[in-house]
Amino acid sequence: MELAFLVTLLAAGIRSGTAILFATIGEIFAERSGVLNLGIEGMMLMGAVSAYGVAFATGNPWLGLGVAMAVGGLMALLHGMVTISLRADQVVSGLALTFLGSGLSAVLGAPLVEVRNAPRLPVFPIPVLADLPILGPIFFNHNVIVYLGLVMAPLAWWYIHRTRPGMELRAIGEYPAAADVLGINVNRQRYAYVVFGGVMAGLGGAALSLAITPLWIEDMTAGQGWIAVGLVIFASWDPLRAALGSYLFGAIRRLPLDSQNLPFFLAYPQLGYFMNMLPYLFVILLMLISARSEMRRRIGAPAALGQPYVREERGV
Amino acid sequence: MASQTTTLPQQRRMGVRIERRLEQPLWLRIATPFILIAAALLIGALLLGLVGANPWVVYNKMASIAFGSAHGWSDTTIKATPLILAGLGVSIAFRMRLWNIGAEGQLFIGAWVATGFALFWLPRDTPQALLLTVMAVGGFIGGALWAFVPGVLKARLNINEIITSLMLTYVAILWNNYWVYGPWSDRGFGLTPQFPRNAWLPRFTDYSSDFPFLRGITAHAGIFLALAVAVLLWFVWKRTKWGYEVKVIGDNPRAGQYAGMRLARKIIIVMLLSGGLAGLAGMAEVSGVVHRLQERFSPGYGFTAIIVAWLAKLNPLAIVPVAYLFGGLLVGSDAIQPAGIAKMLQGVVLFVVVGGELLLQYRIKVGRSASS
Repeated sequence: MELAFLVTLLAAGIRSGTAILFATIGEIFAERSGVLNLGIEGMMLMGAVSAYGVAFATGNPWLGLGVAMAVGGLMALLHGMVTISLRADQVVSGLALTFLGSGLSAVLGAPLVEVRNAPRLPVFPIPVLADLPILGPIFFNHNVIVYLGLVMAPLAWWYIHRTRPGMELRAIGEYPAAADVLGINVNRQRYAYVVFGGVMAGLGGAALSLAITPLWIEDMTAGQGWIAVGLVIFASWDPLRAALGSYLFGAIRRLPLDSQNLPFFLAYPQLGYFMNMLPYLFVILLMLISARSEMRRRIGAPAALGQPYVREERGV
Repeated sequence: MASQTTTLPQQRRMGVRIERRLEQPLWLRIATPFILIAAALLIGALLLGLVGANPWVVYNKMASIAFGSAHGWSDTTIKATPLILAGLGVSIAFRMRLWNIGAEGQLFIGAWVATGFALFWLPRDTPQALLLTVMAVGGFIGGALWAFVPGVLKARLNINEIITSLMLTYVAILWNNYWVYGPWSDRGFGLTPQFPRNAWLPRFTDYSSDFPFLRGITAHAGIFLALAVAVLLWFVWKRTKWGYEVKVIGDNPRAGQYAGMRLARKIIIVMLLSGGLAGLAGMAEVSGVVHRLQERFSPGYGFTAIIVAWLAKLNPLAIVPVAYLFGGLLVGSDAIQPAGIAKMLQGVVLFVVVGGELLLQYRIKVGRSASS
């Protein structure tokens, strides 16, 4: 009984943590390049609504996925133009992006709220592996998009730590002037990674509306874009730790839903409000933990995070 | 090699170059807000057209509903009141480059505390002046304590206050839901019983027996409180050492520290004040308008307040008219379809202002660049 519950919870955690994982990985790349993008929440919402709308209109969820990624990328491009070229404050521009995304998605999605039967991305149990006891249901019996997340986290880690472009990425975020001297086009690469971050946020939104909670309602992300920003810090800008954090978060988010039939909770239904607070308190706890380990190891944010790079001006 | 050197001048090419204006001419400084508002309206019109609405009809209707009559002005004032208070609150933190974006949560907690005093924690026959004072002070303290957590985490452990203040907002909203559906609920609906009359902030319409023209003007005394706080804050920035120090730290924290200013202590105090004003906004809303606590009683005042503060360039006196503008936007968009237009326009406005303001600081030069 307890084991079955735990397996269900972990499987649900991996499923529901997938959207936030995409967004977190995307933000890791943007921040590694030196650009903070607080617009994830807005880009996820726009991704979710456009994916759902396109899937409903065309009957093709894959097309919806593609459009969501494009929309996220375009919004991030806007952020890039404002912060990289015009050198505006990254915090305020990101906030503006979130406002824009949540408002625009509410307007665009108003007719979609009634729609309950848009096509979804398929569930695909991996042959043989899905029949394994315990591991099967946790890892190998999921929606296709969940596997993409499972594969993408190690790939992203490998790219950042083991490839030449990954090294350049770290350089432009830590010491852009030095990277510039080496002939790396700092701002062009920053644009590329900011847009990539937006594409991933759009993908995360699409994962929500096409697979994880397949419907559209206003503000359906409920702060997940912001949680992604927090997870980036907890993850110390490392995609593997981001995966751990995202799946843990997913499990905690599922806890109130999966445990509501346990006898203990049936006795205290109002506990649900407090259970629903857990994911948010969990993020604060994660930030506390990472603040301590950050002090211990002296590892922190990319040194140039938040600062525009201007060749003629002195900076880090 | 030599030939390359001689071709250098020809490498100068026609191109677009962005350079910073050394100083902004006066006409540009005066024209900037108007240019930005016009641009935001234009982009908003494009988006409205895109989603199938007629922008001119929408704008016209919104403006006439919000500002076309005494009742319109009254409704706009009602929406502007929490925006001014919470906007002043976030502006204090922003001035020190502390990104308290959890004003919405602080507002909810302020309203929750005020409700506790109005309905449960004080005897029913408490005199109105005393009860309102206790509610206001309690609301302020509630909001302040909710902002204290991100403040102390920032000051002691350098934890990002954006994330913590926002996470606590979601917690605050769930906390509010628990009480309005649970212990304080009126028959299980998502609201508490109505406050007794002595817990209501006086409204203009309450004096309509003496002044008939005030009938139906439901704006409440909270607006005077908001205006008073705006003037007070203006004075603090202009005339006090404390205000000066906060500004110095905001512009350059290291300089502030070298000058002997206590950074951690200032962070905590600034966050307390910032959250306190948001809490006061919550108190004014439940005591002046809703007259009870209920689920989602705020249409995102705490978030809109961020835009208001930024547009007003954190100037307390400018926050008042900007809050009226956004109050009008909220009133106007309540009456039109599709819903969500207000939120969308807020995003557009903020974006245009953030990007456009910088755009006007730069000069785009087309032609031969002076150096490559």
